[in-house]
Amino acid sequence: MTALNRLTMTEALTGLDRRDFTAVELTEAHIAAVESARPLNAFLVETPDQAREMAAASDARRAQGEAGLMDGLPIAIKDLFCTKGVATTAASKILQGFIPPYESTVTANLWQAGAVMLGKVNLDEFAMGSANVTSAYGPVINPWSPGPLGAWPRRLVPGGSSGGSAAAVAARCALGATGTDTGGSIRQPAGFCGLVGIKPTYGRCSRWGIVAFASSLDQAGPMTRTVADTALMLRAMAGYDPKDSTSVNRPVPDYQAALTGDIRGLRVGIPAEYRVDGMPAEIERLWDQGVAWLRDAGAEPVPVRLPHTQYALATYYIVAPAEASSNLARYDGVRFGLRVDGGSLSEMYENTRGSGFGAEVRRRILIGTYVLSHGYYDAYYLKAQKVRTRISEDFQAAFTACDVILTPTAPSTAFAIGEKMDDPIQMYLNDVFTVPASLAGLPGLSVPAGLGADGLPLGLQLIGRPFDEETLLRVAGVIESAAGITALPPFVA
Amino acid sequence: MSIDRATVAKIAHLARIKVPEAEQDHLAGELSKILAFVEQLSEVDTEGVAPMSSAVATTLRWRPDQVDDGGTREAVLANAPDRAEGFFGVPKVIE
Repeated sequence: MTALNRLTMTEALTGLDRRDFTAVELTEAHIAAVESARPLNAFLVETPDQAREMAAASDARRAQGEAGLMDGLPIAIKDLFCTKGVATTAASKILQGFIPPYESTVTANLWQAGAVMLGKVNLDEFAMGSANVTSAYGPVINPWSPGPLGAWPRRLVPGGSSGGSAAAVAARCALGATGTDTGGSIRQPAGFCGLVGIKPTYGRCSRWGIVAFASSLDQAGPMTRTVADTALMLRAMAGYDPKDSTSVNRPVPDYQAALTGDIRGLRVGIPAEYRVDGMPAEIERLWDQGVAWLRDAGAEPVPVRLPHTQYALATYYIVAPAEASSNLARYDGVRFGLRVDGGSLSEMYENTRGSGFGAEVRRRILIGTYVLSHGYYDAYYLKAQKVRTRISEDFQAAFTACDVILTPTAPSTAFAIGEKMDDPIQMYLNDVFTVPASLAGLPGLSVPAGLGADGLPLGLQLIGRPFDEETLLRVAGVIESAAGITALPPFVA
Repeated sequence: MSIDRATVAKIAHLARIKVPEAEQDHLAGELSKILAFVEQLSEVDTEGVAPMSSAVATTLRWRPDQVDDGGTREAVLANAPDRAEGFFGVPKVIE
């Protein structure tokens, strides 16, 4: 029998239903996997005792015939989701010691569906980063790094910000993980680690109880090893929540039912603007290959125009820091987390925030403060909001001519820790293909489509109409089958 | 638009983040680079374009004006770095 931690969610559910193994056994296999993978630095907090209790309760439910959608499936939670009674840090020193007295809606939905929590996973501090190198608790190592665990000649990044989530799932420590995506933080690490990850339409998953970064962009989503698993986990996570004023009240479909494999007649938009200067030839080839696979399956590729694409990153790097500077004002050393004393209240604030925030977070708060400050608001923030409208209009126009858009996920495979780290702009370019859909609030999915010359995973991105996650999943299923990737990372637990 | 160290000190104060003087020059350089990068937006014609403030077309919902929460003082204070008599504690603000 396949080791229990190598199963997909769908396979694990079948095994549980057939009583081939119990949720407790499945969970023990994953607890051992988590322990064996510690050099990856993926987990910030391991919760084995809680996992065992949840697994035992799951077995009892299954015995009663009351198993939920994800009953007994062990998963990892990005440490940006508040979990009641379990430390939540956002990978920032400023939240050290914080124990949430409440549970985020998305994680509550997952526990309601029967999922089992293995622990909280590492991320870029406050989800600000594209390589998981800004965490106050150290970088996460991509399990695709060549060489033996812990003795890698070259340590590759897992992408970010959901780097711990991606590493944990790719290394077979968890069947799936929650991620959050503000400008690509689910899709880019999914691409770098050979996983499927979806950023749903803005409003599809509740933001309540997720540490806020940029509220008009943040969305939670699943990261898993197969399209079918992503469909399953998204269904468990999504749903209307009165506690999030931007949560959208519409039914959650059975996403797995959308995986028919039938994309005949579907119009797949190919935006010329995503052929950026300096894009590696292998990524262009992979993209062309993706187009060919979809054409072979009966879809119709059509050229579309997204003329404001080149302005998306600049727009994002005004809007997101502006919102972050406002959201992160709450970390003042008064109600939770770190406090560094000072002679006055104001000094206490400045000392606390000066020592609690890392370099990237500080940079973004300062940029955000600047673009919102008197005299600059119109020139920067208001201008960016208007360009954001233009970007959104581009997509609306494109979707009159096509049903889904296909692009690469990221402009490279995973790079090494230390690369692209001298210049913030170089790091920001990682998100060049993922940011536009975020700005427009559209669903975006990354699916593994091949390996680069360096043997590392490459993903393709699908962008859809609002609330049309089903089409993304259906098309992703076709790409997954056509690509037929069987390669495993050098380290798997 | 370029940011000098005096501007860094000013926005750091507005953001209530202590930035050591030794780091201000370097930070000024980084922030200037980012601003130079976003400068390209001035090329885009946005005449008559409405600013986008929400990712989905939505209107905020109403709910009945009823208390549905409360009585959680202990939970609210549990994470406080300093507390006294059922309140958050802060450095003295009145002489």
